[in-house]
Amino acid sequence: MNLIEFSLVLGAGSFAAGFLGALTGLGGGVVIVPLLTIGLGVDIRYAIGASLVSVIATSSGAASAYVREGYSNIRVGMFLEIATSTGALFGAFLASVISPQVIAVIFGMVLLDSAYHSFRQPVDQPCKENGHQDRLATFLKMHGSYPTRNGEQRYCVRGVPWGFSIMFGAGTLSGLLGIGSGALKVIAMDRAMHLPYKVSSTTSNFMIGVTAAASAGIYLTRGYLDPGLAMPVVLGVLAGSFLGAKFLVSARTGLLRMIFGGVVALLAVEMILNGLKRTF
Amino acid sequence: MPEIPGSPNDVKVEVAMGKLLRIGVLLAASVVLLGGVVYLVRHGGERADYHIFRGEPTDLRSIRGILKDAFTLHGRGIIQLGLLLLIATPVARVAFSLLAFLRQQDHIYTTVTLIVLSVLLYSLFGS
Repeated sequence: MNLIEFSLVLGAGSFAAGFLGALTGLGGGVVIVPLLTIGLGVDIRYAIGASLVSVIATSSGAASAYVREGYSNIRVGMFLEIATSTGALFGAFLASVISPQVIAVIFGMVLLDSAYHSFRQPVDQPCKENGHQDRLATFLKMHGSYPTRNGEQRYCVRGVPWGFSIMFGAGTLSGLLGIGSGALKVIAMDRAMHLPYKVSSTTSNFMIGVTAAASAGIYLTRGYLDPGLAMPVVLGVLAGSFLGAKFLVSARTGLLRMIFGGVVALLAVEMILNGLKRTF
Repeated sequence: MPEIPGSPNDVKVEVAMGKLLRIGVLLAASVVLLGGVVYLVRHGGERADYHIFRGEPTDLRSIRGILKDAFTLHGRGIIQLGLLLLIATPVARVAFSLLAFLRQQDHIYTTVTLIVLSVLLYSLFGS
């Protein structure tokens, strides 16, 4: 393939990834690395670099739409970004010492996990108005409210140390694998810290860009970021996710999530097998 | 008055932040697109080869090198400048939050934001 054909194929694939990622809420980043490595035979380090910048693009692009609706909790996000950004630096460091085969296997396992999460429904825990309030979360002014059909719904935050630790792990995976680790971020916030699903998913999206930027700087200075490769990926994913977000309101996403989740699971198995066979 | 997330003041800050992010992404994407056109017009016929990892040449690894390549209108340099702008967008968002927390005299979150900002700047300039 010459570079024009290669860019067109990659741009179209990235467009599809961004479109489905936005429609299903899984994010386009998870399928970019398998698309590049399994589909086009690109070295996994280049693939991760390109994926990382596309993650920044979609996160920042989508965040501008979310913040207007008043769901995201800026304080929770900013506080946890300490954990995700230092985790991301650590992950980028790990990426230089772990062999590409092992990275491929870890990638596959994380991919399986996000496929699994596309099949489960979130459950919100209500805030007990008179109940005991978490001291640390109160000190950090994290409690908040978000708009619902029945007016503003208050929620209480707790489990800050737990959430913080999981976030460090999410940041590490993001820096190591070039993904947003949105699924793990949402778990940290809605499971450990009891944020409502809407709040945790929008806040997570808000944080993904900062997390990815922390490791992208390292990838750039280390020479893992190839402009010829990143160009079609960034433009494709960005256009795809923009269109996906437009369709989101009208589309029936339940079935789509199942299908996309299935595709992600297949890619995950393929990544693990390839990693074990040492073809990276 | 205790500031809780979702209060009018915070919402205003969030809306401004959203705008900043969108402008950053659009600007970065336009630069990447421009660089892509230049790159493909000049090198489009060459063979795509990303199977073997070589790492980028040194001028595409540093901010100074990227600026030099971009302003001498090298396609890959222009794309890399766009990617640099993209990486800088969340950094600008954090810097903007720092100003907002400073203005609200929120000392805890001014400190929190400073820590996040220094990690990001270390990643871009320190390594």
